[in-house]
Parts: sequence; C-alpha cells; structure tokens
Amino acid sequence: MSVSAPVVLASALARTFGTRTAVADVHLSLGAGDCLALFGPNGAGKTTLLRLVAGLLKPSAGSVQVHGVDMRRDARSRGRVGFISHHSMLYPALTVQENVAFAARLQGVADPEGAALRALAAMQVDDRAAAPVRTLSRGLQQRVSVARATVHGPDVVLLDEPYTGLDAAGAEALTEMLRAMQAAGATLVLVTHHVDEGLAVATRAAVMREGRLERVEDRPAAGFDVARYTSEYRALVRHA
Amino acid sequence: MHRAPGTLHAALIIARKDLAIELRTRSAFLSVLVFTLLALVTFFFAWDQTAVSAVDLAPGVLWVTFTFAGLLGLHRSFGVESPDRAIDALLVAPIEREAIYLGKALANVAFVSAVLAIAIPALALFYNLPFGRTILMLGPVAVLAAIGLVAVGTLFSAMAVNTRLSELLLPMLSLPFFVPVVMASAQASTRLLAGRPLEEAMPWLRLLAAFDIIFVVACTMAYPFTIEE
Repeated sequence: MSVSAPVVLASALARTFGTRTAVADVHLSLGAGDCLALFGPNGAGKTTLLRLVAGLLKPSAGSVQVHGVDMRRDARSRGRVGFISHHSMLYPALTVQENVAFAARLQGVADPEGAALRALAAMQVDDRAAAPVRTLSRGLQQRVSVARATVHGPDVVLLDEPYTGLDAAGAEALTEMLRAMQAAGATLVLVTHHVDEGLAVATRAAVMREGRLERVEDRPAAGFDVARYTSEYRALVRHA
Repeated sequence: MHRAPGTLHAALIIARKDLAIELRTRSAFLSVLVFTLLALVTFFFAWDQTAVSAVDLAPGVLWVTFTFAGLLGLHRSFGVESPDRAIDALLVAPIEREAIYLGKALANVAFVSAVLAIAIPALALFYNLPFGRTILMLGPVAVLAAIGLVAVGTLFSAMAVNTRLSELLLPMLSLPFFVPVVMASAQASTRLLAGRPLEEAMPWLRLLAAFDIIFVVACTMAYPFTIEE
C-alpha cells in the first residue's frame, strides 16, 4: 500500500435514491499503484460507489476527490481517469477503430488513430479494427470497451465488472493490462463478482454490503489466500 | 495527461461523430425526409387553389411540416447515446458538459438543414413557386428557424431520452417553445415570397434571430443541470 498522497480519497461518502440508501458513510484512501478489489452481492452499492468516484453521480453527503480535486467541478481532471462499465459505452454503427479514436480525440490524444490501434492491440482485438461494433460478440465488445477507456493512458482506472463476457484469452489480456498499469503507478478500483480475478491484481480487498464497506483487507506479504477468502466471502454474503 | 480539447473543439468532435453515425445508418434522415415529402404532397391535395393562393399557403405548409419533421429527427439526437450508455463515456471525458449539448445541436442543425435543402425545392415544385426566388428567400429564414428549433429541441431531447414516454414527452415539451419560431418563419416567408419589401419581413427575422441567441445561450447553460443524477 502506498504512503504517498492519496490519489482517490472518499470521506463519509453517501448516496441515496429517494428513501433507499445505496452508499452509506464510505471512507476510502487509495494511493498510486493501489488496486482495490470490491466484492459484494447484487444491489450492495458497488456500481453506485464507482459512479460516485467517476463523478457520474452527485453525492448525497460526503465528498470524493481524485488527485485532490472534485472531478464533477473540474472537467480537465477527468482526463486522468478511465471508466469501464458493464455497459460497453460504444456506438454500434461505428467501427471498432472509430469508437476508440473518438474517445482518444475527446481526451486530446495527439495521434488518435494510432493510439486507438495500439490500445486495440493491447486487448488483442486490433484485427477487428475495421469492423462495425454491432457485428462483434459481447466479449469482443468488452475488449473494445477496455481499449476505449484506456486509450489515453489514465492513471486512475475504475472498472465495473470488466470480466463480463470475456473469454479466457480476453480475461488474461485484461489482467495483464491491469498489472502493467499498476506497475506504472496507476490506481485501480475493480468491482467484480470473480473473487479469484479480483484478488489476482488487488493490493486491497473489500466487501460491500448494504452500501457499506466491510472487511477491508490489505494484501498480505504472501499474497491473498484465494481459497480462504472465497469461502469467507461466500459465508459473509450468505448471511447478508 | 493530454491536452483536452476546448469546448468548441469538443463540440465539433461530437457533432462529427453524430453525423458519421447518421451517414452510416441513414435511418433518421430517410424517415424524416419521407415524412416531409409525404406531408407536402398531402397538403397539396388538400389545397383548394380557388380559395387560397400558393404564396399564402406554402409558407405555413413548410413550417408546420418542418416542425414535426424536426421533432422526429431530434428524438434520435440523444437516443444514439442510450443503448450502451455511451453518454457515460462523454460525461467522464475531460470536456465541459456544455460541449456535449453544443455538439449535439451542431449535428442537429446540419441534419435539419439537409432536410430543408430538399424540402424547400420540393415545396417550390409542388406549389409552382418561382424556383430560384423561393430558395433565395427561404434559405436564410430556414437557417434561422433551424437554429431556434434545434436549440430548444436538443435540450428537451436530452431531458426526455431517459423517460418512459420520451416519444410523447419531447413534442409536449418542445411544441410550445416552437410557436414563436413557426410564427416568425411563416410571417417572414409569406412576405418575402409575395415580393414585399425586405423591411416588412425584418421584424420577424429579428424575432427569429433574438430567439436563436436567447435559446442557444439559455439551453447551453441549462444542459448540465439536465444530466445531474
């Protein structure tokens, strides 16, 4: 875990929808190179927390800052963030390369077409660059979605169920990419139901239940014991 | 961190993307064009030539048709962002929220202008109006009307897109605001087509220009509040 200034800092973060509390009193501090793997049952508030960090939702209480700024107020700071959701966020009528190059242009990348091809190559989907997105399978679209979100080399990456629909090769490519980004100092927040894939890159793991972070655990020196963590997580969720 | 585009540059990038999608699919353009031509033909067959002259009738037909055709096109403006939540990718991009609205509006102006570029010559043909004069006179009015209609319609398209009754909500919200545009466009067109002095049409053209300026500025400022969650 990093001891430098926090890259992602959430204080007493809360979000309600009407009378329903989706996120309650979340405190979070992640430094450069940290990766938080966030597990939890459906409806626990994981996606809402990620959308709050991404600046897509306004907190009902508390605050969240990335690199010391509120991204909802500072548009430029959003250029340091990549956001991957279980929605592809792609345009089906455009080609794979056009989609990623469009994202690169909005990020101000100098050579958007070249950067798009490099990002697609990292996710092993560059051979489909000229294909319209609507012709791709769900898994291939997810690979393109990862390329879209990382084309500008963000140093904070927020991932909501990024392994959904990926085959073994795609999952491996994604894990490799996340490890490389982490090694380069990127901060990752990874929401997933796949405990083993989450723990493979995590420096910290947490379980979210009823909007609250529980069982926040730093990676031991020997690494996470995936079997133990999985059984304890299942027991925790079963008793939710 | 890269140097993110400014508001206008980002708006142009978004407009270019929207037009590329429309050129690729042509779904909205074709349906709006067919609707426009069918409406012009229908009005033609309902026209009693002994009761009202072409110069008096044609402007009203054009602008009423244009209003409803515009609504059809505007509905898809934010609709293209919905299926896979592409709007989220725009919202996390390092651009001002206003750039999203302006980009959509620019694409919509190009879209409705393209429809008008076919509708106005068709109107001249059906109503036996002098071809060159009709295009010359109605062209500037069409540009002003397109900007006003798009300014309001794009904002309401953003508001309506995530509602259950978006197809109903968009016209209900927009039509009251379109009244000044339709009225001023029809009045200015009637005078210009009748060969009256330009001064007679100027108050209506000024009204159109004022509407455009006010609503482009107001809707651009209002857009960020429509996407607040």
